[in-house]
Amino acid sequence: MNQSAPIEDVSTAKPNGFLAISARGLKRHFGAVRAVDGIDLDVPRGMIFAILGPNGAGKTTLIRMLATLLRPDGGSARVMGHDLIAEPQAVRGSIAMTGQFASLDEDLTARENLILLARLWGFRGREAKARADELLDAFELADAARRQVKNFSGGMRRRLDIAASLIVTPGVLFLDEPTTGLDPKARQGVWRMIRDLAKTGVTVLLTTQYLEEADQLAARIAVIDQGRKIAEGTSRELKAEIGSGFLHVALAEASEIDRAATLLEERFGNTVQRSAEGAQLSVMAGTARQANEALSALMAAGIEISDFSMGSPSLDEVFFALTGTPADSAEQGEQKEAAQ
Amino acid sequence: MSATSPAMLTTARPARPPSAASNALVFGWRAVLKFRHVPEQLFDLVMTPIMFTLLFTFVFGGALAGSPDDYLQFFLPGILVQTVVFNSVYSGMGLSTDLSKGLFDRFRSLPIWQLSPFAGLMVGDVLRHLIAGLIILGIGLILGFRPEAGVSGVVFSFLLLFAIGFGTGWIFIVLGLLIRTPVTVMTIGFTVIFPLVFASNIMVQPETMPGWLQAFVVNNPVSHMTTALRGLMAGTATGGEVLLALVAPVLLTVLLSPVTLWLYRRS
Repeated sequence: MNQSAPIEDVSTAKPNGFLAISARGLKRHFGAVRAVDGIDLDVPRGMIFAILGPNGAGKTTLIRMLATLLRPDGGSARVMGHDLIAEPQAVRGSIAMTGQFASLDEDLTARENLILLARLWGFRGREAKARADELLDAFELADAARRQVKNFSGGMRRRLDIAASLIVTPGVLFLDEPTTGLDPKARQGVWRMIRDLAKTGVTVLLTTQYLEEADQLAARIAVIDQGRKIAEGTSRELKAEIGSGFLHVALAEASEIDRAATLLEERFGNTVQRSAEGAQLSVMAGTARQANEALSALMAAGIEISDFSMGSPSLDEVFFALTGTPADSAEQGEQKEAAQ
Repeated sequence: MSATSPAMLTTARPARPPSAASNALVFGWRAVLKFRHVPEQLFDLVMTPIMFTLLFTFVFGGALAGSPDDYLQFFLPGILVQTVVFNSVYSGMGLSTDLSKGLFDRFRSLPIWQLSPFAGLMVGDVLRHLIAGLIILGIGLILGFRPEAGVSGVVFSFLLLFAIGFGTGWIFIVLGLLIRTPVTVMTIGFTVIFPLVFASNIMVQPETMPGWLQAFVVNNPVSHMTTALRGLMAGTATGGEVLLALVAPVLLTVLLSPVTLWLYRRS
């Protein structure tokens, strides 16, 4: 019973419009938890597309369904022109999946891991080795090729993990939280590789908890929360909706917080968010000049400021702006993920 | 930064899709690589049976069978059965590790024969049984064990051992699929296996045991396996004994292989 799917060339795959992924009403629940609750998604070919959401929003469930690892309870989807339910092997032949945890054999060396996968794809002895070496070079892992993966750093592991997804150039590459747990330098390295990859025409669908990551990499972003898509657009469109210039102010005296909040609200006409600790305020401030004037006004009113900064909204602020409620607490989210 | 980057990678495609058999062989190759990289596991595999062999032969052997030599002749086939049954646990632990690390997610998202990872586990099992079996047999021969049926007896014995290992392997594969912590797989597996192995005729004949235990020992599948293996080594085995030894492995395979498939596909 050979269920191996014909491996088709990405460039000659049957055209289905220009969509790499097209999903309608995808649903999946775990017991009473509706992890994904009716999501539509259209991802054009060759695009980096980000799914942004807090822990437990349903990102992993969504990406696992699209990668044929989980059966949807409802809805339908086509990936690279193949129906997810009716032709799962054909979908598998045109995708690659890099999960949240490095999916590598820790006991084997980097090179052996790649050769193993190359052979599974159907490369024979020498071809498989050549492909492994080519990938190790491209991902700057040639020096570590003969070391066991268990001795790798987080960044190296992630690079090898992505390399392992490129044995056969996929039509769509799924990356589930590609930089979670990496230090800033390793994160930059992974970002650079994802950008390089997209230049080769690979469609990348990634999930992330970081607005900055989505902003840096993705041409389009879908924001999901509690299994539903609550916004979608380019980074610019989303920022226009949410506001990009956020002013964060820390007060020297927590007791001044009400007075400071009132003053800022009157000035900007936007809701001021207070931090849980009580002495920090965040508000959409528009331009740097307006923010500067607001700080002057605070000081003129005799309110002492211990620290301030201008920056992008945090994920919490994005969710606040989009839904009016704070993002699911991480703790609650993790329980949901664990249920999966 | 090196001269190459992912952007410069060629898009490669294999000449033709792999067959199910070649997928399975690749997973078997992985099992062999594991032996090379984690040779310590061989130590785990054979230490306990070697200690058992020495302890029982020299400490208890004389008291149990008149002389250590006579006891070894009786005991060695039994210790081979015990080793194979215990060592099946490694498949389950390996599977549990792969699942907890997300490695199976990668395998499952590949366009390969979906059961080939299990075929690879079986290859690893056969290798383990072969290596551990040969080491123990070698020590037995040095100590004076003589398989009266000669080489063919040993070959048939090993074939029966593989069948036994294949059957018990399913128990641990199912546990490995259900439990995501490898150590728990081992603990639960041994809890099931221990009474079966010790309340059997591996170490002593059941005649001196209390009646209720005798009833258990006589019907214990591990006893049937041991009886058949003793017979094969001595050249006295009947077809009935061998068939009786195969009942449990066949039943386990028939019952648990569909369960394995269902557990694997249910997500």
